[in-house]
Amino acid sequence: MADNDLKGEFLEIVRSAFERSEKLRIEGSGTKSFYGNPVVATPLDVSRHSGIVSYEPSELVITARAGTRLSEINARLAESRQMLGFEPPWFGGQATLGGTIACGLSGPRRPYAGSARDFVLGVSCISGKGEYLAFGGQVIKNVAGYDVSRLMVGALGALGVICEVSLKVLPQPEVETTRVLEFDKETARAQMVRICKLPLPLSGMSFWGGLLRIRLSGTENGVRAAEQTIGGETDDTGVEYWHQLREHELNFFNRNQSLWRLSVPATAPVLGLGDDCLLDWGGALRWIYTDHAPQTVFQTAKKMGGHATMFRPDNGWPNGRFSALDEPSKGIHMRLKSAFDPKGILNPGILYAYV
Amino acid sequence: MESATQDVQIRDQLATELLSIVGADAVVTDNEALRPFECDGLTAYRELPLMVVLPASIAEVRKVLKTCSRLGIPVVTRGAGTGLSGGALPNPDGVLLSLTRMKRILSVDADAKTARVEPGVTNLAISEAVKHLGLYYAPDPSSQIACSIGGNVAENSGGVHCLKYGLTVHNILELKVVTVDGELLTVGSEALDSPGFDLLALMTGSEGMLGVVVEVLVKLLSIPPVAQVVMAAFDSVERAGEAVAAVIGGGILPAGLEMMDSYAISAVEDFVKAGYPVDAAAILLCELDGHAAEVEEQIARVETIFNSQGATGTWVAKDRATRDRFWSGRKAAFPAVGRISPDYYCIDGTIPRRQLGKVLVEISELSNEFGLRVANVFHAGDGNLHPLILYDANNAGELELTEELGNRILELCVEVGGTVTGEHGVGVEKLRPMCLQFEDAVLEQFHQVKAALDPNSLLNPGKAVPTLARCAEFGAMHVHRGQLPHSDLERF
Repeated sequence: MADNDLKGEFLEIVRSAFERSEKLRIEGSGTKSFYGNPVVATPLDVSRHSGIVSYEPSELVITARAGTRLSEINARLAESRQMLGFEPPWFGGQATLGGTIACGLSGPRRPYAGSARDFVLGVSCISGKGEYLAFGGQVIKNVAGYDVSRLMVGALGALGVICEVSLKVLPQPEVETTRVLEFDKETARAQMVRICKLPLPLSGMSFWGGLLRIRLSGTENGVRAAEQTIGGETDDTGVEYWHQLREHELNFFNRNQSLWRLSVPATAPVLGLGDDCLLDWGGALRWIYTDHAPQTVFQTAKKMGGHATMFRPDNGWPNGRFSALDEPSKGIHMRLKSAFDPKGILNPGILYAYV
Repeated sequence: MESATQDVQIRDQLATELLSIVGADAVVTDNEALRPFECDGLTAYRELPLMVVLPASIAEVRKVLKTCSRLGIPVVTRGAGTGLSGGALPNPDGVLLSLTRMKRILSVDADAKTARVEPGVTNLAISEAVKHLGLYYAPDPSSQIACSIGGNVAENSGGVHCLKYGLTVHNILELKVVTVDGELLTVGSEALDSPGFDLLALMTGSEGMLGVVVEVLVKLLSIPPVAQVVMAAFDSVERAGEAVAAVIGGGILPAGLEMMDSYAISAVEDFVKAGYPVDAAAILLCELDGHAAEVEEQIARVETIFNSQGATGTWVAKDRATRDRFWSGRKAAFPAVGRISPDYYCIDGTIPRRQLGKVLVEISELSNEFGLRVANVFHAGDGNLHPLILYDANNAGELELTEELGNRILELCVEVGGTVTGEHGVGVEKLRPMCLQFEDAVLEQFHQVKAALDPNSLLNPGKAVPTLARCAEFGAMHVHRGQLPHSDLERF
């Protein structure tokens, strides 16, 4: 993918759309187009706005344009034995940085290393008024101004067209290994809570098909010592497992049925939504197939102290894919949307009908 | 005269209403009793508020805000008052809302590794309350004995361990916030993420401009079994800077990595006898934590890296006492400088680490130009530089000169790609350098974010984000990256 700075072109498009109140649907490579409520609007393709703008390994910071492929970023970081700490899912080889940040999804390493938003240092974007705005910066510690960069993470483009992102990166662990232990689901969940309290170099904990897998990352001696503490067997297919979990390529995900994502406290008991469930994030992320009505799923997630997302819907799934917000939050969402996008032209309705 | 009468009337009405909410012992109106609230840790700025109110519950905070909102009275929220940028400087026409009475630890969940606390709880009190469970709260600003968690959230406080463990924003899960109209808002949750916009990130570090934080759910971490420190001396700051880059580029993420220059070293050594090499141009303190086996491996590697980068000496703290002694020097750096100068002014810029050499040389040139001495302490791991300017406020004009030098140093930080505040916040202190760091359109967008949550600008008005008119007044006509902002506009 060639380096390409199309910021000027996008500015023209958004300005003209603003003047004509024309709605825009921001598109990257489309690898995550299933996510969020459908948007009917004129497409704005940002996937050609690409290239790594700066990368200084000893600063632990990379800056790249929104259309830059994750594959390019990962390859570049790997040359210096570094990586994206939040292990983002790609859901396809063409996944872009902009789409990754707009969706704000994080992989199995998230509870131990941090989320997409945790690693964001700066975001430059075009507001719905057609202004180019650079928030945050390229340094790890920065409290100047409101943290709009992190506000953009997971906002699905509803507050601005992301043009450039600066991220903190991490060194790759020297050694990574996976232990596997057999448990039933309730015991596995309790074990995950117990293990999480120990000072161990954890980097993943997932339960599926009667097997609890625990990933350890660190120095040779540190990981070996942790293996002793945890017990179980070494999982020779560990590398593949975490990859397939991140990419939803495990058999569990190979189903013609709508997939729910529940983000709940790890300590919440296994819920009464049926048994068709895979646990990630040490129990704090639960992927579920269920025939229960959407309202039941949303309410159950709320009772558990978290929220539900209709992550990968069947054809014809109605809008309303995210847990509803309470009234005070709803008001703030509407006013913030209006502060960044007064005419509501950027991805209208992608999060909620009123955003 | 009429308006003065009206002012008195409003003030009396306000006092009566607030009294009925919080009780007589929780409203302060007497000038002498207001005096302790006139400033925060930035003592150069002082102002008496109309009155101080000290609510003891969320319900009381809500009623206070409803009342102030209805009467159009500004509200400045104050935690422990340790902030260094004047964020809690009172508004002369407003209420100072002190949250020090809300200091209960509401619950600790050892399984979930969380604690739910009121905003007035001190940072260190959280770690102390959960120590017996093998847990702690990671962000550790140097004022952690005194500073409150509510203030930490408002400022997004860091500390010496943030390279590895993050800032406040990375270590909290949920906030309860009272809005300007007295509504109770919950942002975040006990889960790791929440639907909608990331309001938790927006609220954190918003300096009391968007809402009043009344409850915090913090994440707790397991106490690392082992922590060790290695100290290294260098004959130039550039070389020390390169050694820092070599450690981090070498794949090691230290828990803390601190640098001090020769002037800071000698001030500290005279004060606490930390055992620092006084002939060094710079020293580095590098702490590693984790499992014993891992730490031992990494300490050896860091020592090797320091030696290969030209360290003139390295010392590994073999025991707890030595480690504490090494850190005592770094932690005493500010008071040590305070001892050798009548006053000092602490600057808080962040720079890309590779610019350290250039920045320190230019600071030294500026120091000569202004005739004011500067000692440098540096959170080297994350690029957060704290130049301490030594001055004497009793000499006419020296404070102004010091502030001017401070501004020049922050301009330099922006010029090399950094920021005007790494962890102390903007408050009233850094309004001018904010004009330099951000384009007008970004500042305007910040004001619109503020207006979305506080349309009449009653929460901490005038702080954190300069008005464009103010930026023009400052004469911020600097050539920024070769371009004048809005060069087509007339400025006078």
